Amino acid sequence: MTTPQVPDPATLAPSEEYDLYFGPNHPGIEGNYSVRVRLKGDVICQAVADGGYLHRGFEKIMEDRLWVQNIALVPRICVPDPVPMEESYARAVEMIGGLEVPLRAQWIRVLMLELSRICAHLFTFGGNAATIGLYTNMFWGVTMRDLFLDIFEEITGARIYHIYITPGGVRRDLPEGVLERIEALLVELEERMPQFEDLFFNNAVVIDRATGTGRMSAEEALAWGVTGPNLRATGVASDVRRDDPYLVYPQVDFDIVTETGGDALARMMVRKGEVVQAVKIVRQAIAALRKVGGPVRCELPNPLAWDLPAGDAYARTESSKGELGFYIVSNGGPRPYRVHVRGASSMHAVQVLEKLLVGSRIEDVAQIMFSLDACPPEVDR
Amino acid sequence: MSDIAPKYKGSMLRPLKALSFLFREPATLPMRPRPAAKVYRGFHLNDWEKCVGCATCQQICDNDAIRMVHIPALPSDPAKGIRPRRPAIDYGRCCWCALCVDICPTGSLSMSREYIHVSRDVDSYFILPDEEGMHGVRYPQGWAKDENADLLDLKRQEMPEEPPQERADNFSEICEGYDPQTAMLEASRCIQCGMCHDACPAHMHAPEYIRAIFEGDFEKSVAEIYRTNPFPQVCGRVCTHRCETACSIGKRGEPVAIRWLKRAAVDNVPQDRTIAIALKDKAKTKTGKRVAIAGAGPAGLTAAFDLAKLGHEVTVYEEKPRPGGMMRYGIPEYRLPYERIDADIAVIEAAGVKIRCNTKLGRDVTMAQLKGQADAVLLSTGLNKGRSTRIPGSDHPQVRAAVDLLARITLGEAFDIPASAVVIGGGNVAFDIARSLARLQRRAFGKVEVTVLALEERDKMLADEEEVIESAQEGVKLINGRGPKQVVIEGDALKGLETVKCLSIFDEQGRFHPRYDETDVMFHPAQMVIEAIGQMSDVSFLGEDLTEQLEWSRGRIRIDEAGRTSVPWLWAAGDLVKGPDVISAIATGHAAAASIHAALMGETEAREAK
Repeated sequence: MTTPQVPDPATLAPSEEYDLYFGPNHPGIEGNYSVRVRLKGDVICQAVADGGYLHRGFEKIMEDRLWVQNIALVPRICVPDPVPMEESYARAVEMIGGLEVPLRAQWIRVLMLELSRICAHLFTFGGNAATIGLYTNMFWGVTMRDLFLDIFEEITGARIYHIYITPGGVRRDLPEGVLERIEALLVELEERMPQFEDLFFNNAVVIDRATGTGRMSAEEALAWGVTGPNLRATGVASDVRRDDPYLVYPQVDFDIVTETGGDALARMMVRKGEVVQAVKIVRQAIAALRKVGGPVRCELPNPLAWDLPAGDAYARTESSKGELGFYIVSNGGPRPYRVHVRGASSMHAVQVLEKLLVGSRIEDVAQIMFSLDACPPEVDR
Repeated sequence: MSDIAPKYKGSMLRPLKALSFLFREPATLPMRPRPAAKVYRGFHLNDWEKCVGCATCQQICDNDAIRMVHIPALPSDPAKGIRPRRPAIDYGRCCWCALCVDICPTGSLSMSREYIHVSRDVDSYFILPDEEGMHGVRYPQGWAKDENADLLDLKRQEMPEEPPQERADNFSEICEGYDPQTAMLEASRCIQCGMCHDACPAHMHAPEYIRAIFEGDFEKSVAEIYRTNPFPQVCGRVCTHRCETACSIGKRGEPVAIRWLKRAAVDNVPQDRTIAIALKDKAKTKTGKRVAIAGAGPAGLTAAFDLAKLGHEVTVYEEKPRPGGMMRYGIPEYRLPYERIDADIAVIEAAGVKIRCNTKLGRDVTMAQLKGQADAVLLSTGLNKGRSTRIPGSDHPQVRAAVDLLARITLGEAFDIPASAVVIGGGNVAFDIARSLARLQRRAFGKVEVTVLALEERDKMLADEEEVIESAQEGVKLINGRGPKQVVIEGDALKGLETVKCLSIFDEQGRFHPRYDETDVMFHPAQMVIEAIGQMSDVSFLGEDLTEQLEWSRGRIRIDEAGRTSVPWLWAAGDLVKGPDVISAIATGHAAAASIHAALMGETEAREAK
C-alpha cells in the first residue's frame, strides 16, 4: 500500500482564484442554503446558488392530502411570511370550486395579509442590518415582529403556522377586542419608525455599505423575472394587488412604493415604505371590519367527502417577497391532482442572486442575499 | 477591486442623537410571562364522557398522529353509537392544526393552552388526552369547537313529501325519495365512522353503500346493500333505522339519512340490473338439499334468498294470498307501496326461491309433511295475532285488533268504516291503523274522527316522531297519558271508551305495570275501538307432539344464537324470535340461513368423509 503523495504547496503554480462555500449554515441566511462563490481576492468572479437543503416535497405531499388537510401544510412553505401561502392555496381552491368568500372573511384576510407583510418586512429589516453588523437593528426588528405575532396568536391560536385561512373564508371570526389591540400596536410601530430611520437609513455605515450594492436595472429585473419589492426598487410600479386584484383590494386605498436605485438600499427603502402602506391598509381593514358583519366562511361540504370539480387555477398573491402563486390542477377528486408553487424567491434567490454577486465583495454576499429578501424555503419547498 | 465612492452621510453630529436612548426604556426588554391566547392550539383535551370513539379525528389527521386506543373498561353501546375507544396523540407527528377539533362530531375534542413538555422519555410524547390535560394540571381550554366553524355538514337534505291536503284521502306514497343529485349531497355528509354498521341488527355495510352513492355509483351501492339485505326497497322506506340513532353526525346535528339513501340507491338502478347484481355470487351448482320455510315475511324470505344463493332448493309456504308478511299486511301502502315489496320479492324469486301462497300451516300442510319434504325447516310465522287489553267490553265485535284491520285493508276486504274510532296504543301500529282509517273516513264521510290514546307522555312516545307529526296533519287526534278502563256499550251498540289517567307505566323493577288515577275518568265517544297494544304469535299449527318435543322459554320457542331449536331439523327466525321489526327479522333470517347451511353441508361433508 502506498501513501498518497501530498505535493508541497510551494512547488505548485501560483493561483489567484479560490472557491468558498458560503453557507449552508450562515447565520445571516434564513434557513439552510448556500452559495458557492469563486473569489479573486475579496471580489467574487463567479457564484453558484446551491439549494436543496430544505426540500420537503410539499407539492408532492399535497397530492396525497384532502383539500382541507392541505391548509395545515401550506404555511410551512415559508416561515417568515406564511399568510400569503394560505391565501394563495385557498384562493386557487376557491377558483376551481367556484366558492364565494363572504365579505367579512375577505377583509379579515386582507388584515392578515398586511399584518404578515409588516412582520416579514420587520424581520428582513432586522436581518439585513445584521448582515452588515448592526445587531441593535436586528433585535429591534425582531422584537417588534414578536408583538405582531402576539396578535396572530390571539386571532389564530398560533404564532407562526396560523393555519387560519381556509378555502371559502377563514376558520374563526376575530376575537373580541383584537381590533383595538392592533390599533394600539400600529401606533407603537409608528412611534418606532423614526428610530429605525435614524438607526438604519440615516446610518453612515448603511449608506456606505448598501448604496450601489447588488444593483440591477429595471430592464434586468424584468428580464430575470423579479417581482415584488425588488422589482419596485428598480422603479417599476408592479404589484399583484393592483395588476390582478384579489379579495377587496380594489376598495383599498394604498400607494405602490417605488425607488429608482435598484440597489440594496433602494430595496430596503421600498420595504420601509411598504410597512407604512401596510399600516394604512390595516387601518382601512379595521374600519371595514367594524362595519361588515356576517359569516366568515361559506358553507363547505364534509371535508372527508369533498370532490372539487375538475379544472385548474393559478392564484397569485403579493407576498412580502413578490408574486407568490399556487397552480393547482384538480381531476375532480378529493385531492389535488397536481400542485405547483411559484415561490416568490425562486427567481431572485437563485439566478438573480448568482448574477448580482459577481463583481461584489465577499462581505456583501449576505447583505445582497438579505436585501433581496431571499427565502430558501420558498425556493426549495 | 471596485472603488467605494464617498457618499453624503449627513452631519457629523448625527450619531450624538443616539445618546437620548440612554434615558429610554430598552426596546427589547424581556417579555413578562403571560398565559397563551384564548384560542391557543396547545396539547389536546378530550372529554371522555362526550367522546364516542368514532375515529373521525383519526381520519382527518393529515400526519397520522392520531391512533384509536381500545379501552375495555369504557362503556360500549353500539345501539347508541358509542365505542370503547379514545384517540391517542403522537406529538412526534402532530402539527397542531386542530382540524381534529373542528371536525369532531361530538365536540369532545379541544386543545388546551398548555404547550411545554420536555422529556427524554420518547413514550411520554404519545398520550391519551383527557380533560386533565397533558400533565394533569387542567390548563384552561384553548382552541375549541366553534359553531360557526364546524367542518361537518350537520343539516340533512330535505325529503320531498306530498303535502297533507294532497295525501289525506288516498294511499299513495308520502315520501317522494331523493333524486340522484340530492342523494349524492346527502351521502357526502357521511364521515365513514361505521357506527351505523355496528348498530344495525343485520350489520349492513352502510358506510360502503353511502360512499358509493357519493361517488355516483348507484349499482355499486346496490351491490353493497345486497351483501346483507335482500329488502332494500322495503328497508329504504320503513326501516326502524337504528343506524341513524347511532350516527355520529346525529350527536350534534341531524343524522345522515341512511334509510333514504338506501332507497335512493335501489330507486336509481333498474330492476333487471338489481337482479343481476344481487345474484352475482349465486352458487353455480345445486347442493341437492331441500329447505322448507313457513311464513313469507322478511325473515323467511331473507333466509330463503341466502339458502337459494348457496344452491339449496327452497320452498316458502305462505298463508296469505301474497308474500311479504307484515310488510304487506301490516304496513299501510302510503308508507310502503305494494309494488316495492313485489320488486324486492322478485329478486328473491329470481334466485330460485319457490313461494307457495294460500297455504296455511296446519290446514293445507302440516309440520310433519314439511319435515318429510325437506332436510331442514325454518319457522318464520311472525306475530300474527293482536293482543287484547281484556278490559270490560273488549269482546264486543266493534272492538277490533289493529293488525286484523290493516290486513283487511291490504286484502281489500270490506268492513264497515266507522264514522268515529278510538285507537288504544302509542306505537307505530297504532298510528298505521289510525292514519289508514283517517284516509278511509275522509273518503267516505269527508271528515276524520280518529283519536289515538297513548299511555305514554308526548315526549316518551314509542312511535316515530314523523308518525306523530304527520298523523296530526292528517286530522288524527292524539291524547297522551291515558289508559283504557272499559268499553261503553248500550244495548248491543258500542258507544265509546272510558279512559283513566295514567300515573306511571313501569314499576320499580322496570316491568310494565301501569298505575292509574281511577278518579280521573274521561269518555271518548266512538263507533269502533281498535286495540294496537302489541302482537303475539299463534303457533298452534305445531301440533301437540312437536310442541311437546320443543323446549320453551317464557312462552317462546327456545333457540340458540343462530335460531336453531331443540329439535334438530327445525329453526326459527323473525318476530317469533326477535323484534318486531323488519331489519331484526332480516338479521335473524341471515343467522338461521347460515346455521341451516352449516348443518346441512356439515352432514354432506361428514357423509363424503366416510
